Amino acid sequence: MSTTTTNEASPTAEEELLEHAHDHPSDGDYVKIAIILGVITAAEVGTYFWKDIFGSEPSTFALVATLFPMMIAKFIIVIGYFMHLKYDNPLFKRVFIFGLLLAMAVFIAALSAFEFWDDRFLRFLTGG
Amino acid sequence: MADTAVHSSTTVHEHTHDDTATGISNSKLGMWVFLASDCLLFGALISTYLLLRHRSTHGLGPTDVFDIPFTSVSSFVLLMSSLTMALAVASITRGDVHRNRVWLASTALLGAVFIGGQVYEFTTFYREGLGYTTNIFGSAFYTLTGFHGIHVTVGIIMLASLLVMSLRGNLTRERAEAVEIVGLYWHFVDVVWIVIFTVVYLIP
Repeated sequence: MSTTTTNEASPTAEEELLEHAHDHPSDGDYVKIAIILGVITAAEVGTYFWKDIFGSEPSTFALVATLFPMMIAKFIIVIGYFMHLKYDNPLFKRVFIFGLLLAMAVFIAALSAFEFWDDRFLRFLTGG
Repeated sequence: MADTAVHSSTTVHEHTHDDTATGISNSKLGMWVFLASDCLLFGALISTYLLLRHRSTHGLGPTDVFDIPFTSVSSFVLLMSSLTMALAVASITRGDVHRNRVWLASTALLGAVFIGGQVYEFTTFYREGLGYTTNIFGSAFYTLTGFHGIHVTVGIIMLASLLVMSLRGNLTRERAEAVEIVGLYWHFVDVVWIVIFTVVYLIP
């Protein structure tokens, strides 16, 4: 009796698994994602040779404006595709984003408490 | 025959996690909660580093010691270990135990190369005159990157454990979630390094 029940339930669950597997990237997709990450990393490292390329030292503002978008892009690609957050249960995304926002709040609070955003910081940022 | 059918069904049942209140794996949810809390740890360490790195009154500073080309290679190695980890998860999900072993071993090896690079970097900085207590930059730098290094080392130990389980025949498709959970941890360690590499090394 129970065997009959499980046999009936099995194909549906198998189908669910197969459907789930199709949602995830293939091995080839993972390699493509890694290549994209490698290219972004190469571009990041390229900023180290800024002076050789453009003939002058970059301001910290220019470096931050160049590097932060690349860092954020890499961050999103890794958590979205390698960690499957794009495909997985939305609860995981909510839990992780909550922790991330809390960490950013700690980050901003600590920097604010110790006067990180003062005139010296603004001069440093603008290269003045 | 009937037993096989029941076993197969049980296996599938474990994958879908109908037995938990949320319908998702408690172990996986636990790992995500841990990673969310780990964001706080690294958030605090990175903000401490940013606050202290230019407040040293003596000794060496970031621009005196950093070797960007060397660290870039280490970063690339860790980034590629995320690829091998993703391939390890994909292979065990398909039930390909042999390839899973290859990818797990590759990931552990790349992690070990990264740690080797970090040990070399720390040793070089120390010889150049930057110890843990030399100045406040040294303390903040070694604490931040050291904590990350400890995370990578723990990840290598977990990968080695999975490899031993696999060699003993205990890591099959039915236990793919164990690989996925270790994978989540490993990718998180990579994500943290993505931030550290930019904030600590590339922005002077």
